[in-house]
Amino acid sequence: MNAIELSHVSTAKPVLLGDSLTELEVMRDVSLSVPEGEILALIGPSGSGKSTLLRMINRMEDPTSGRIFLFGSDIANLDVKELRRRVGMVSQTPALLPGDVADNIAYGPNLRGEPCNPGDYLEHVGLERELLRRPASALSVGQQQRMCIARALANHPDVLLLDEPTSALDRTASRNIVELILRLNEKLGLTVIIVTHVMEHAQALATRVAMLVGGSLIEQGPAVDFFESPATETGRKFLRGELAEDGR
Amino acid sequence: MDANSYIHISNLDLVIALLFIAISAAVSRWQRLGLERDMAVGTVRAFAQLLAVGFVLQQLFNVPRWHWVILALAIMTTVAAYNAVKRQTGAKHGLFAVMAAAIATGASITLILVIGIVLRVRPWYQPQYVIPIAGMVIGNCMTGAALVVNRLHSELTLRRNQVEAALALGAPAKEAASEAMRESLRAAMMPTINSMMTVGLVHLPGMMTGQMISGASPVDAVRYQIVVMLMIAAATAVTAMVAVFGALRAFFTPFHQLSARLELGEAWDAYVRKKSKH
Ligand SMILES: Nc1ncnc2c1ncn2[C@@H]1O[C@H](COP(=O)(O)OP(=O)(O)OP(=O)(O)O)[C@@H](O)[C@H]1O
Ligand SMILES: [Mg+2]
Repeated sequence: MNAIELSHVSTAKPVLLGDSLTELEVMRDVSLSVPEGEILALIGPSGSGKSTLLRMINRMEDPTSGRIFLFGSDIANLDVKELRRRVGMVSQTPALLPGDVADNIAYGPNLRGEPCNPGDYLEHVGLERELLRRPASALSVGQQQRMCIARALANHPDVLLLDEPTSALDRTASRNIVELILRLNEKLGLTVIIVTHVMEHAQALATRVAMLVGGSLIEQGPAVDFFESPATETGRKFLRGELAEDGR
Repeated sequence: MDANSYIHISNLDLVIALLFIAISAAVSRWQRLGLERDMAVGTVRAFAQLLAVGFVLQQLFNVPRWHWVILALAIMTTVAAYNAVKRQTGAKHGLFAVMAAAIATGASITLILVIGIVLRVRPWYQPQYVIPIAGMVIGNCMTGAALVVNRLHSELTLRRNQVEAALALGAPAKEAASEAMRESLRAAMMPTINSMMTVGLVHLPGMMTGQMISGASPVDAVRYQIVVMLMIAAATAVTAMVAVFGALRAFFTPFHQLSARLELGEAWDAYVRKKSKH
């Protein structure tokens, strides 16, 4: 069963160019599937549409055409709030909610009046229970990033979308996050899509790889195959770190 | 109260009053402020607008009819809503209905209470009471509505990450924006509350001054002022509440997504027009 499936997804966004407004094509005919329980590394140069793709899966924004499926149901037919509970997202920069760490973690369950034990999730992501009563803003960026993952986990999601969760971290801290993701995938059977520009992490984590360049999907397949020998010249260039932002 | 017990202003007096604009023009010329043109236009407009309104109101006062009073209130509300939209820094599309509904609700609830229960004006549509009181209430509602929507726009822009984090956890738009809404409501209600703190000490409200000039005793004028202040506070609160919920529907999509209008500002209006043509 595919946890996530994109079928011919295209999107354009209105952008301001000087005074005039134009629609910029940000994604072109992307079809992609992620089987349940797998970890997909979404890679590609800056501005290639990786964050946009993640944001379309939990409907923070909608594609202009094409369809997206969650375990076989078109997400356009699901209740948006329930969709977002089932598809957790951790954004590129940690976004804190008002209150302390416990408030942050219990936010999702509280919305639905469900009980929540924030300390459990904190331990899950390798943080001390003592941090619970600290204001979220008093954590280090790495701790905040882990708190954001704990916050998403408290919703008991089926799928986790991670947008460069290690971008602000040093080597040890990002190594911890990588191990955390592997553990979550193994223990909870979570399906994960992770955007990362660190190929070392992609290689350590991913069972599958998808590569976006300029809004088009140019590589998709098992991670071992991709890292051994990419199917395209662009893929090879990217792995060697020779790909410019425009994909040439 | 005898309508002739106070000093009237003749046409000659009005012409003499023009000397005041000459004084400000002289200052502008002397300091090279370049405001002379605007001052001239402003003076002409103020004369024309006020004389026209004076003429219309005079007709209304001479022959009071409830439907003319209602029409006057509707026009005042429309102009107020238009101005509240005009004061928005972001996109304006879809906000007129929000402003009109907010101002109409806030103003009518309080007007009905004051005219019907506190002052017990009979018949209720006596323009002498309804028009000036409605003018003050609607004016304050306009400011409140403009403030609350502008503030909500900037709060949502500023807190974008926080709002989206809440949405991504499954919060409905209203919940994700609750902090921003609270801040905006506070901002809209503060001016009224502040003016209640200083009224009489720092400034004498226009209505009170006017009543005293036309012969009312200060004690009577003060009673009116108290009623009007409390009424304005209530009207602003109701208006801000309606406006903030209405604006929320403009700033979010029906699918609990932040609308792209927050980033695009005024260009959004052109975008919506272009889209609706296709
Ligand atoms: N709100 C927006 N309005 C208009 N265009 C946008 C908006 N957000 C992103 N874009 C454009 O869409 C394209 C894809 O952006 P996106 O953020 O998805 O890229 P990305 O692959 O995540 O990049 P990065 O690695 O730098 O995070 C870019 O060209 C970007 O300029
Ligand atoms: Mg990105």
